[in-house]
Amino acid sequence: MSAPRPALETATMVRAGEVSAVDVLEHHLAVIDAGEESVHAFNLVLADAARDRARAVDASVAAGDDPGPLAGVPVALKDNLCTRGVPTTCSSRILDGWRPPYDATVVTRLVDAGAVVIGKTNMDEFAMGSSTETSAFGATRNPHDTSRVPGGSSGGSAAAVAAGFAPLALGSDTGGSIRQPAALCGVVGMKPTYGTVSRYGLVAFASSLDQIGPFAHTVADAALLFDVIGGHDPLDSTSLNRPTPRVLTVLDDGVDGMTVGVLTEFLDGVDADVAARVHQAAEALAAAGARIEEVSVPEVALGLSAYYLIAPGEASSNLARYDGVRYGLRVEAEDTVAMNTATRSEGFGAEVKRRIMLGTYVLSAGYMDAYYNQALKVRTRIIEGFATAYTRCDVLLGPTAPTTAFALGAKVDDPLTMYLSDVCTIPSNLAGHPAISVPFGTGDDGLPVGVQLLGPALSEGTLFQVAAVVEAAAPALPTPRLTTGAPS
Amino acid sequence: MAEPARLTREDVAHVAALARLHLSEDELDLFTGQLAEVLDHAADVASLDLAGVGPTAHAMAVTNVLRTDEPRPCLDRDEVLGQAPAVEDHRFRVPRILGEAP
Repeated sequence: MSAPRPALETATMVRAGEVSAVDVLEHHLAVIDAGEESVHAFNLVLADAARDRARAVDASVAAGDDPGPLAGVPVALKDNLCTRGVPTTCSSRILDGWRPPYDATVVTRLVDAGAVVIGKTNMDEFAMGSSTETSAFGATRNPHDTSRVPGGSSGGSAAAVAAGFAPLALGSDTGGSIRQPAALCGVVGMKPTYGTVSRYGLVAFASSLDQIGPFAHTVADAALLFDVIGGHDPLDSTSLNRPTPRVLTVLDDGVDGMTVGVLTEFLDGVDADVAARVHQAAEALAAAGARIEEVSVPEVALGLSAYYLIAPGEASSNLARYDGVRYGLRVEAEDTVAMNTATRSEGFGAEVKRRIMLGTYVLSAGYMDAYYNQALKVRTRIIEGFATAYTRCDVLLGPTAPTTAFALGAKVDDPLTMYLSDVCTIPSNLAGHPAISVPFGTGDDGLPVGVQLLGPALSEGTLFQVAAVVEAAAPALPTPRLTTGAPS
Repeated sequence: MAEPARLTREDVAHVAALARLHLSEDELDLFTGQLAEVLDHAADVASLDLAGVGPTAHAMAVTNVLRTDEPRPCLDRDEVLGQAPAVEDHRFRVPRILGEAP
């Protein structure tokens, strides 16, 4: 098959009337029809609503109007992004039947930019997981090898892009949930600086860490999507009220004169074939004019432990709202506390229960100082460690995940081993910094490897600039066998 | 800082009750082992000497986020109540919250 048509090109053609949004959509619906049974990327495909929307985009072009920078581009949404009147499940039984009364800000911005929402993607339940296996609706499979996981928690969004079901997707990243599945599925995935993308309408997991970000086949398409969704939103009180970096315009600026630090802690314990790809990416950046240094940020080694105290703590508070009173599932019982307990016990899966209990424990009297408050101080130390590194380096380079995609079922019964999948992605969330995963060839098993670029707060422009150079030097990836046909 | 005592089955049962979760005996055993393992891994954080280091609750903290105090539209009441499992007289309906009267 030919490579998928970039979203940038599709939007340009739709805006010029050279291809119809309806034809673009029908192509993608056909690819979904052919491949979805083996991938299970979606909780819900919105074929009818998307057709209505595509016709409206075409009508707008025919009337001489400009539908916007994403004109006619299908976009898949992680199923923790609220869509008015459309089921939003977080892949949990506890939100059974819920139809949000409002759209997330990112959804409004996509529609205003001319995009066509094609479906809601599968995820780990409430975004808690690294493999999409904790979904109440069954696992998503990696399009490159359907016996492997796609990563998680935004595994459905990553797999949807990798399989050609949609050229763009949105996910959320609390500890790596965009970048790790992007790496495992061979696509680009990016976590923005905390506060640059509105969280209004993103179902909360760990509010001080959660950020929405783009998935795409190319760095340029991810930049296009980031430029559309970013920017201040008065509906999110943590949204930064300052100019958001624009990234699409800097992609050709190169890395000449930049310093790239290879983060040694991130290479500890990663598979040798993954580490080899990181070194190869560093060589490519050197060849393009960057200075390469080895950099140590010892504090990041504490990130995993700190994260698994902070994120569950916040989650235990955020998920207290699922009580069977206002929306979703209710399991009837004789009094309200019994109803709350029955509803939550039946509605939540094992991983969500584990994290709620862990969070409740570390926030409880007698343990809060030893665990939660210590973790908040470690967070300060990690921020200081990165700040020191960024006095010498423009960006840092490392692997996104320690391994390529692992087998379905391999880690799901061993929470701590699963948590280790996030060891290289968590520090950016704790620091609030942006980071991007770019596909860079394959491991010894032939499955995709992602390399990760990290930068200080609001360095998105630099990150995309460097990512474009990495992408240009990356070895080609095999085409997922599930993808069929060429774009219409 | 001194490390806290290892998590027990009783701790897990207590925490589950606080979190409004009912666990079976088997689940209690399973979760006690799994959560203790995660907390053991966190011993590296719990045992650090971080005196003098300030906590970070938000990496990109913003303060005094206010808007002008003007009325504006809110969510439609019927649409919101339409999502509830049980409603009566435009209110969320719940089972009794107190014991039966004597």
